[in-house]
Amino acid sequence: MSLEIAFMQLFNGVSLFTILLLMALGLAIVFGLMGVINMAHGELMALGAYVTYLTALAFQAVAPGAMEIYLFVAIPMAFGVTFLFGYVLEKGFICWFYNRPLDTLLATWGLSLILQQAYRSIFGAQEVSVPLPTWLTGAWEPVDGIQLPLNRIFIIGLTIVVAVSVYLLLYRTRWGLRMRAVTQNRAMSAAVGIDTKKVDARTFALGSGLAGIAGAVFTMVGSTNPGTGQLYIVDSFIVVVFGGVQSLIGTVMSAFAIAQTQTSLEYLLSGSLAKATILLLVIVVLYFRPNGLFAVKQRS
Amino acid sequence: MGNFTRRGFIRSGGSLVLLGVTAGIGLKTTNVFAQDTVKLGLLHSLSGTIAIAEASLVDAERLAVDEINAAGGVLGKQIEVVIEDGASENPVFAEKARKLLERDKVAAIIGCYTSASRKAVLPALRRAKGLLYYPTYYEGQERDDHVIYTSQEATQSVIAAVEWLAREKGKTFFLVGSDYIYPRVCNRIARATIERLGGTVVGEDYAPLGHTEFSSVISRIRSTKPDCVYSTVVGGSNVAFYKQLVASGLDGKRQTLLSTVVSENEIDGIGRDTAEGYYACMGYFQSIESAQNERFVKAFRAKYGENRVIGDPMQVAYNSVYLWKLAVERANSFDPDKVLAASGGIELDAPEGTVRIHDTNHHVWKKVRVGRARADGQFDIVWESTDLIEPNPFPTI
Amino acid sequence: MKLTREATEYLTVGLLAAVLLAFTMTLDPFRLNNVGKYLSFGFVAIGIVLTWGYGGVLSLGQGIFFGLGGYMMAMFLKLEASAPELPDFMVWSGIEALPVWWEPFYSLPITLVLIHLIPAVGAYLFAYAIFRKRVSGVYFAIVTLALAMTMTVLIVGAQSTIGGANGITDFRTFLGMDIVDDASKMVLYVLQVLVLFTVMLAALKLTNSRLGKILIAIRDKEDRVRFSGYNTAHVKAAVFALAAVLSAMGGAFYSLQTGLIAPSLIGVVASVEMVIYAAVGGRLSVPGAVVGAILIGFLKSYLSETFPEYWLYFLGSIFIFVVLFMPKGLAGFFDRLRVGRALGGEAR
Repeated sequence: MSLEIAFMQLFNGVSLFTILLLMALGLAIVFGLMGVINMAHGELMALGAYVTYLTALAFQAVAPGAMEIYLFVAIPMAFGVTFLFGYVLEKGFICWFYNRPLDTLLATWGLSLILQQAYRSIFGAQEVSVPLPTWLTGAWEPVDGIQLPLNRIFIIGLTIVVAVSVYLLLYRTRWGLRMRAVTQNRAMSAAVGIDTKKVDARTFALGSGLAGIAGAVFTMVGSTNPGTGQLYIVDSFIVVVFGGVQSLIGTVMSAFAIAQTQTSLEYLLSGSLAKATILLLVIVVLYFRPNGLFAVKQRS
Repeated sequence: MGNFTRRGFIRSGGSLVLLGVTAGIGLKTTNVFAQDTVKLGLLHSLSGTIAIAEASLVDAERLAVDEINAAGGVLGKQIEVVIEDGASENPVFAEKARKLLERDKVAAIIGCYTSASRKAVLPALRRAKGLLYYPTYYEGQERDDHVIYTSQEATQSVIAAVEWLAREKGKTFFLVGSDYIYPRVCNRIARATIERLGGTVVGEDYAPLGHTEFSSVISRIRSTKPDCVYSTVVGGSNVAFYKQLVASGLDGKRQTLLSTVVSENEIDGIGRDTAEGYYACMGYFQSIESAQNERFVKAFRAKYGENRVIGDPMQVAYNSVYLWKLAVERANSFDPDKVLAASGGIELDAPEGTVRIHDTNHHVWKKVRVGRARADGQFDIVWESTDLIEPNPFPTI
Repeated sequence: MKLTREATEYLTVGLLAAVLLAFTMTLDPFRLNNVGKYLSFGFVAIGIVLTWGYGGVLSLGQGIFFGLGGYMMAMFLKLEASAPELPDFMVWSGIEALPVWWEPFYSLPITLVLIHLIPAVGAYLFAYAIFRKRVSGVYFAIVTLALAMTMTVLIVGAQSTIGGANGITDFRTFLGMDIVDDASKMVLYVLQVLVLFTVMLAALKLTNSRLGKILIAIRDKEDRVRFSGYNTAHVKAAVFALAAVLSAMGGAFYSLQTGLIAPSLIGVVASVEMVIYAAVGGRLSVPGAVVGAILIGFLKSYLSETFPEYWLYFLGSIFIFVVLFMPKGLAGFFDRLRVGRALGGEAR
């Protein structure tokens, strides 16, 4: 394997890492921090993707000249819409299921069926095509033989921005403080006067909004169809669990570990075998570290 | 304990009542068998993962049915369609096929997209002595007494495509596909053809179905620098594959890539700009210039909207209804056995040109074409076979 | 006359079996075959009642064992259908000799033994290793989910030796008996109901035994049971293995009833649906689980026939409705209907 290829593989690994991280970040909050097993999380990503699609359509219709920058509107839109949707969802649906994690799993599974069918009714069973601005097509060639796709670089940058924002929000703001307080000890938080219900709704909405961003980003590399969410949901759960629930940094590390292993394996083995191997590796590692790779030590 | 007991008993009683209701609804037979209609089953995935590609076939089939009905029906009977959702799951296909054949007593089924679903309905067809028109390109390796295969089997498109590529673009090939039977058989045929032509295969790769991460495959394409990439990546994976190819600089201008599965429908999902310049080998392209095709495209758009595009499988689905009608008329009967017996040699003047059902192997003679995707999502036809190509579902490789 | 709770449950099972047998006289062959298909999931649902309802262990990978049973039975049937030649999908893929691990499936007795043995041993070893580590329920659920996904990927990738995405289809005979015609389907159905009846009785026996009590105790307060000297990992793994065997039996019947087995029956969607059967029926009720499997199976068939384009809305709503308003499933609902208010403390 030449040096160029090795470097490209490393880059591919980093790029997959950002994809996995975006995928899992929302779930790390909803499932990791709040403990809500939201099987419809993938459908929230699909919602973000469809919002991006609609934004693109709107730009094409109203301001075709500004198509180049539509992503900068679409991504916040995707976040906003899924944030609101998540907020409403928590208020009207999820809040019924706290302390019944496995029931949540079943109910949100039902919800995911409904959402998928809704997308199918509204947007048709076929894929929709989300345009990619021309400045994101093509590759950057720092040296001969190494080509780094621009959209991947964009995604890497965006992921860093998102991840840092989430960190700052959780650890440097009052809102984040309340969020962490409520997820760690609900009763005490309520006792010191935090409106836990409000915080719950906001936390869930934040997690959903992050799924929306992920969905918007995936339109650049993948397909947008009613079943899109199904494709990502299991992988997202695996990343979060592998990293250790309740540990955002664990999610980051786990996404990185899985991504690098997967790209290396894919280069060496056939795709199916690589996929199966990575799943088995995760299971084996979980066996030795049942609470995830980077679990926070705590008393139960 | 008394309380407990009654509760327990009600529990059981309630369950049983529900079961009874279930059975009752099940019993309600749907025996509406009017004299002046004949039933035609349309069995495709309207939900689930395959619906992306398959759901639109129903539209084309309904168009054909409407046209036939407006023109007086088949043997004087109006066609009544019964639509079932195969839900992208083989067992559901099997169940629905049985339901169509045994309960609705349809005269024929037009249906299935994946080979897996077709395989699943075969037992039901044999059992009820039914008739299935299968309107999708597939890998061959089958000739069932109860199935007419109305699209190109693998050899018809793969050999032509590889020969064309080797002639026009160069003789080193990279084969990439989704990991299931169609790509594997296509690649075996492709490999044999490439070797016969004196070319070389520099790589062969399979991605799991539904896979969306192609950077490793693309790295390998980059490092082997093939003249041609032959792709049988299917479904949503295609979108990811094409987008990532373009993003890494291997767009249609710089890399020759030909697919035997990407039709106009897939291009709409991939993005017209993204797919521009890549090739496809199909029996039908929407851009074919003929009076038949113009009429068909116009009728389809009038019914479903100006924005809809028509891919090869949709056109074949449309043809299938007509092929069935012609066979019924020749047999002068709706009896599947007689219709099958009358099918051999039937010719249809289809949008793609003439197609003819093979005398013995239940597949069709047809032309295939190579098209180059344009920025508007249509194909420029760059090559067309001079004659109808004989179907050969059991090639010796 | 006063019946104990135990007696009532037995009575329910008996009635259920009677109704199922009565179906042979009231339903046409097509519907009867469908009910047979739903019943195969009934086996899985009983297993889920035992592990989840009683043991508190939720597995999202029951499809694995269902698939194991189904595939093993399918291999036997396929060999019988294609002998003396190789199975057709091997021929297409250019395989020239039968893989060694297919050989045992020439014999029905060996096949039947393996259908029970492999899931039992595999599930026990896997689960014991995991439970010994005292992992939480959620981890177990996700790990089993990942396993189900792995198995699907592997099978889909193994086109030449196990049929890949197409699965194994096209069986002709079972011990020389044509399995497609109505008469043999009827025999098969009756056999299946009888086996299911036996399984339900055994499951009831188990839940009412000392072991059943220990299971509930483990579910509610595992530490205390462990402190009392029980090897809780062993108990949980044993019940999980039992559920695996039940799933495999269901899978074997499924292959016989539908004439095919496919990787889609193993994967994530299928495995989650299996849990839903038990949840709808009532996760603490053995006959309830079977009714749940039949009801959801029937609704899927009926709704998708009647509303091919909208049926998923109904199905999704039913799941939500059941979880929201009938947390103990139909069985719990009928309890409540009678008493007015459920007594707490039975389950979480």
